[in-house]
Amino acid sequence: MQWEIVIGLEVHTQLSTSSKIFSGASTAFGAEPNTQACAVDLALPGVLPVLNRGAVERAIRFGLAVGAHITQRSVFSRKNYFYPDLPKGYQISQFDLPIIGQGSLTIQVPTATAGQTYKKVVRLTRAHLEEDAGKSLHEDFLGMTGIDLNRAGTPLLEIVSEPDMRSAAEAVAYAKMLHTLVRWIGICDGNMQEGSFRCDANVSVRRPGAELGTRREIKNLNSFRFLQQAIEYEAQWQIDTLESGGSIQQATVLFDSDKGETRAMRSKEDAHDYRYFPDPDLLPLAIDNEWIEQVRATLPVLPQDMQQRFMEEYSATPEQAAIATSSLAFARYFEKSALLAANIDSTMIEKVITQILSPDERQQVADIIAQDVAKTKVRLTCNWISGELLAWLNRTETSIEDCPIEPSQLVQLALRIENGTISNNAAKQVFAAMWARECGGDADAIIEVQGLKQVSDVGALEKIVDEIIAANPAQVAEYRSGKEKVFGFFVGLAMKASKGKANPAQMNEILKRKLAG
Amino acid sequence: MLNSSLLQLGAALRSKKISSVELTQLYLHRIAALNSKLNAYITINEEMSLVQARAADVQLAQSEAHALTGIPIAQKDIFCAMGWRTTCGSKMLSNFVAPYDAHVIEQFNRVGAVNLGKTNMDEFAMGSSNETSYFGSVKNPWNPNAVPGGSSGGSAAAVSARLCAAATGTDTGGSIRQPAALCGISGLKPTYGVVSRYGMIAFASSLDQAGPMARSAEDLALLLNVMAGFDERDSTSLPRETENYARDLNKPLNGLRIGLPKEFFAAGLSADVAQAIEASIAEYKKLGASVVDISLPNSRLSIPVYYVLAPAEASSNLSRYDGVRYGYRAPEYTNLADMYEKSRAQGFGEEVKRRIMIGTYVLSHGYYDAYYLQAQKIRRLIAQDFVEAFKQCDVIMGPTTPTTAFNLGEKNDDPVQMYLSDIYTIAVNLAGLPGMSIPAGFSGNGLPVGLQIIGNYFDEARMLNVAHQYQQVTDWHTRTPQHIEV
Repeated sequence: MQWEIVIGLEVHTQLSTSSKIFSGASTAFGAEPNTQACAVDLALPGVLPVLNRGAVERAIRFGLAVGAHITQRSVFSRKNYFYPDLPKGYQISQFDLPIIGQGSLTIQVPTATAGQTYKKVVRLTRAHLEEDAGKSLHEDFLGMTGIDLNRAGTPLLEIVSEPDMRSAAEAVAYAKMLHTLVRWIGICDGNMQEGSFRCDANVSVRRPGAELGTRREIKNLNSFRFLQQAIEYEAQWQIDTLESGGSIQQATVLFDSDKGETRAMRSKEDAHDYRYFPDPDLLPLAIDNEWIEQVRATLPVLPQDMQQRFMEEYSATPEQAAIATSSLAFARYFEKSALLAANIDSTMIEKVITQILSPDERQQVADIIAQDVAKTKVRLTCNWISGELLAWLNRTETSIEDCPIEPSQLVQLALRIENGTISNNAAKQVFAAMWARECGGDADAIIEVQGLKQVSDVGALEKIVDEIIAANPAQVAEYRSGKEKVFGFFVGLAMKASKGKANPAQMNEILKRKLAG
Repeated sequence: MLNSSLLQLGAALRSKKISSVELTQLYLHRIAALNSKLNAYITINEEMSLVQARAADVQLAQSEAHALTGIPIAQKDIFCAMGWRTTCGSKMLSNFVAPYDAHVIEQFNRVGAVNLGKTNMDEFAMGSSNETSYFGSVKNPWNPNAVPGGSSGGSAAAVSARLCAAATGTDTGGSIRQPAALCGISGLKPTYGVVSRYGMIAFASSLDQAGPMARSAEDLALLLNVMAGFDERDSTSLPRETENYARDLNKPLNGLRIGLPKEFFAAGLSADVAQAIEASIAEYKKLGASVVDISLPNSRLSIPVYYVLAPAEASSNLSRYDGVRYGYRAPEYTNLADMYEKSRAQGFGEEVKRRIMIGTYVLSHGYYDAYYLQAQKIRRLIAQDFVEAFKQCDVIMGPTTPTTAFNLGEKNDDPVQMYLSDIYTIAVNLAGLPGMSIPAGFSGNGLPVGLQIIGNYFDEARMLNVAHQYQQVTDWHTRTPQHIEV
């Protein structure tokens, strides 16, 4: 019998404000412990919270980006519990009236077939503002615990999804899309090592069509790999438990990344009663339409809209479009390269990227890139970005901002392949040299220095073929008697004789003609 | 000098009849002589007070003086004052020296007033007799066996006994007005949001409001001029135009409509107090006022509503006192939970613990709707009663307390009896309205009676006018308790 895995995610994104959500202290990461905690963050007697407008604005940006309802009057509540890194003894959060209501996010989920994806819409339940806690440091204090309150009061937007995901792959695709989006709209730096983007996964399993099973919540997953591993392990554990006659108890679990296992932290019985109530120190948060419209006006084109455009205008595959929109910087790189390949001039390219084209200019660009000759060049360029370039970026852990190859240089290389100057294999060699900034990254110079130019001179190629035919009469006879398999033997010899520089298409054509006799 | 008004003191200082240092020393000597009897102050710091007095004298010499420059003011020990031990009447904060100034303290510092010391109070402002203070009870200057009221009992006793020129208090359910009434002084709780709560140690955030305590309405007006004002560090502080609260003091009262809520004159009001209040209403009629009978039907629910909401907020507000970062930490403990439990069990007194438990209970899962939400609904009904009442009258009057000062220890075993002593004051906090108490006579046993005046929102200037006019034709506010001579 089949099992269906049901996953909902709660993602904590640290908002990129320079000061804290309820105090003026800095939010910069990595300062000496407790040097960025002011009287409010320390919860001294008598201090009061004052809401940071920047945090609210970022929440609105997010709400608009996921098509959600922005609550015009949301309420901050106190979540009461004792912990040494929670200085007030309560966390200011939002409970029954969150700032952002229901929205949705469209994701592309990779399948087992390389390059194939399917589309899925994940519904968002809500997103709410809250303050982060400090950190407890259990090492280096001789059996005691140190408290660092630098992080206390850092603004968080907790984004809660519906239990719409049905596999670890879908959960990871959703988390990645969210990660892209929050950086795209500039509300979070997305730095997962520093904890700027943390996932909690609610996992349950059920028979298809049955009621939702009992869920267990995996806390604090701070990489996509751990998210994937933790969900896979947890789901299998639940299935094994149920199949062996056991039952699932609601619980909070931690993922041990060394062992690759989830482990119960606390059960429902010892769950806290947080005693939520509206914080009397803060007035309800009022957001008027004017503010919402002001924020909307500053929102960039969203990745999902840009993906659509890349597929339509540059014939990118869904996978390529997703890669191209993994960040705003990547999208700029991609679009600039595509337009250069289509031979659009750089002034116009700048206008396309900054979205300031006039209708006439838009038409002009559209006409150029719609031509077949441009399309081939653009497609080749796209393939090189999603292929070799991406592979090198990933392998060397380089971000697109630090890519050593400029779009214009990449396009130069693609055009040399397209016009037959070099073979695809030789191009990979050229790419490696460009990455190392040899010859200033100039493809033509590298081709020249490394002598990689294809031989397309018909006379030279015919001479090579004539010599091969003359030297191998037995195989020629075989071929001519109908054993066409021997053709490959001739190709090999010909390429070898040309030191790999022969234009393969041309060489094939000559070989076929001459062998036919 | 001890019986001078703030205006007279200011004039004396500006005309060099006395220096701020001399005036400060005068009070410090009285405190040294009398505080052991009254226990009105928790902390005195002569050196810090005199530094401020000397600075004030420089300011006075340069004639840059404000009305309150150089005047020694006693500060309730609920306000953080930089460099001053700030205990809030609790063992929990008995070792806490504030590293910053509350807004109220800043405001007084800005005009060059002198911080004379920190006055005693019920622990975390929870109490009506000043008996819950970790630093011992305060004695009523009119009768050392009687309570001074609470929670601002130290400030009330200090003003009454001439141990300061004026003082500050805070009022969550009557903590300015009730001790003012019991000690025979004047006290004003402004509209919620008029005085910033920044740096004022929270008891129940939606009810707490600071205000002045002094010997006359005129003094209160001068003090409120300094204390009031928008402060962006308190999100509930109201951005309003600066007001001169003394502007209407001398307006005649012709045509004033006084509302008398029948609920404030029902069973439970002692005859002595009723008599004094009736006499003062008669005085107001002579001043040209008329009387309207009104009703505040939901005010009878004030005490139960208050004892749900205030403890709920308090239980959360007091969670920060966990022994981790400052304040009291138990000397011995076995683990984290044990440290929390022991530090809080040892650091908080009985009444504070009682209220934390009530508050925790009413916010708990399954009880929240029945208690907290229900109480919030009734709170709105109580506020609506006042809205209706103010359609018929300009101010509301009645007794501040049902009886005069009761004896020390008298109500210690019965918290509900203690809570009932705030029966007339609590509704005002729940509605967020301004309220004040002024001396209105004495009981047969020589203890002061307070007249409560409740105004509409932001009507402090009118209330002060109403009180001041009464004080022009009566002398209750000038009476001095016996046995306070040095």
